[in-house]
Amino acid sequence: MYEFLKNLDRRWIFMLMLLAVAIPILFELTFPEKPTGLAQAVFDEIEALDPGDKVLMAWDFDPASEGELGPMATAFTYHCATKGLKLYYMSLWPVGPQMVDDNIANVIKTDFPDLVYGVDYVNLGYKSGNEAVIKVIITDIRGLYTTDAKGTSIRDIPMMQGIENIQQMDLIINISAGYAGTTEWVLFAVTPYPDIRLVAGVTGVQAPLLYPYIPEQLPGLLGAIKGAAEYEKLVMDAYGGDIPPERKNKYLKGKLRMGPQLIAHVLIIVLIIVANLVYFTGKRRGEVS
Amino acid sequence: MQGRTIVWTLLFVLGGLFLVLRATTGAGMAKVYVKPVPTVVGDVSWTDHELATPGEYAVATAADPNQTDIVLSFWRTFGVWVAALFTLAIFSFLYSDNTLYKIAESIVIGVSAAYWMVVGFWDVIVPNLMGKLVPNMVKAWAMPGLKEDAEYLYLIPLVLGVMLLCRLGPKSVSWWSRWPLAFFIGVFCGLRLTHYLHGNFLNQIRNAIVSLVIVDNGSFDFWDSLRSVILVGGVLCGIVYFFFSFEHKGIVGRTAKVGIWVLMITFGAGFGYTVMGRIALLAIRLEFIFDDWLWLIDPTNQRIGV
Repeated sequence: MYEFLKNLDRRWIFMLMLLAVAIPILFELTFPEKPTGLAQAVFDEIEALDPGDKVLMAWDFDPASEGELGPMATAFTYHCATKGLKLYYMSLWPVGPQMVDDNIANVIKTDFPDLVYGVDYVNLGYKSGNEAVIKVIITDIRGLYTTDAKGTSIRDIPMMQGIENIQQMDLIINISAGYAGTTEWVLFAVTPYPDIRLVAGVTGVQAPLLYPYIPEQLPGLLGAIKGAAEYEKLVMDAYGGDIPPERKNKYLKGKLRMGPQLIAHVLIIVLIIVANLVYFTGKRRGEVS
Repeated sequence: MQGRTIVWTLLFVLGGLFLVLRATTGAGMAKVYVKPVPTVVGDVSWTDHELATPGEYAVATAADPNQTDIVLSFWRTFGVWVAALFTLAIFSFLYSDNTLYKIAESIVIGVSAAYWMVVGFWDVIVPNLMGKLVPNMVKAWAMPGLKEDAEYLYLIPLVLGVMLLCRLGPKSVSWWSRWPLAFFIGVFCGLRLTHYLHGNFLNQIRNAIVSLVIVDNGSFDFWDSLRSVILVGGVLCGIVYFFFSFEHKGIVGRTAKVGIWVLMITFGAGFGYTVMGRIALLAIRLEFIFDDWLWLIDPTNQRIGV
């Protein structure tokens, strides 16, 4: 057994991982979720807003991280649209506007057909410059955004009337896959202007790096697909009653993706234990220095 | 025939057979439907195409077999096939490096670079530079909704941009690119220095100054107090580990050892989160293959009635 495990081709491990993720997806395996404090804090920040309040939805991600961040984006849009908030979408990533369009098509156009583009929500599109964009729009949004993503002058967009800068937003929701993202929003928006409220949903890789900002600079944080699943539960428990059952799974994608997570994590734990056993057995036999 | 060749041949033949069967029997697979939507901006109008589900197409066709409100999109269907085959080509690297993987990788890099360039041109150079300098021309040519007046201050970024491109020219002018570069570096150094100092240094010190004994409604809150003690203790021990002016012996050595544990736990948490992220990426690709391409699963009920 020791010899077999010592010389095991790593491609068998890849195959095991593929099966560990594929089988739960095929059988739509799910497990119950219990929201943690950080997900509750994100939910509470949005709950504290009143209908008509302005929310900047900064979608700083691309298709590469859609698996982790897409469910959060869907849940954020659903939650904000249900509460009747005004949604201002923008992105610091070139493919971000497509992510916004997907979100609008999947949530607003299907479940909130009464909401009007330009009155209830707007897609301001992408601007290059990373943190420099934040630095400008924090005091003068019209200096950079002359049109929305479709080319309509922002002077002709009703919900942009009177908006001079993003300090006028009641909340900023950022979904971040890396640079530029939540760190830049914290450093260039929240830190110099502490009245700005920011909550974020981020990839797993970034989450530990953002914990030091909690709770002063970042009141709420959804970390990876686990954070998405917890937030989905809070939103669906509060507002999911009206959604027809055949459409409900659209808002539970984070929960659906936690099934493969659990099985894959169990596999990784088993592999780590087995690898350590092989290592220490080799050490005892004098084969490993 | 080598073992690897046999494996590849078998995979291709079985995979091909499965795809032919799947595509030609039952409801089929990988079809994308769209709804044509007329769009008007200013004086210009065109037709957008919004995604429709196969279920919506089935319902519309059952009601009227000649309907054109929802139609099959050849190019989007082709896109699903390309995305699926490229996903498999990239996955094939896990078996071994091969030509399909290299082709897919090269195309992804090329397309990404081109996409960035096109987006940069249409989202930044056209509205934010040309739109400021020659708004009437841009309005007539590209952005009918634009309503800006000319701002000649934007000649400065234009000149800096042209100077940056001089790097590609002969040696006599290539040094001009150093001036805009120096400007950018100076601006970003200044911006980042002040904001990082403020947000990551001063604010972090303030965030670490917390009460070690938490009293909530007159009663001692043990768990919140413990959390504060761990927070402050962890910060101090972590800092002591990076304090190299004294030899790590005695009390300093023991504190630094605790600091190493704090760092290791942090790295472990980071590793755990990273694993979660990578598994999510694999899950979304497999979901795409099973749901959008092969139509083996339907978690969001898009194909009810198909």
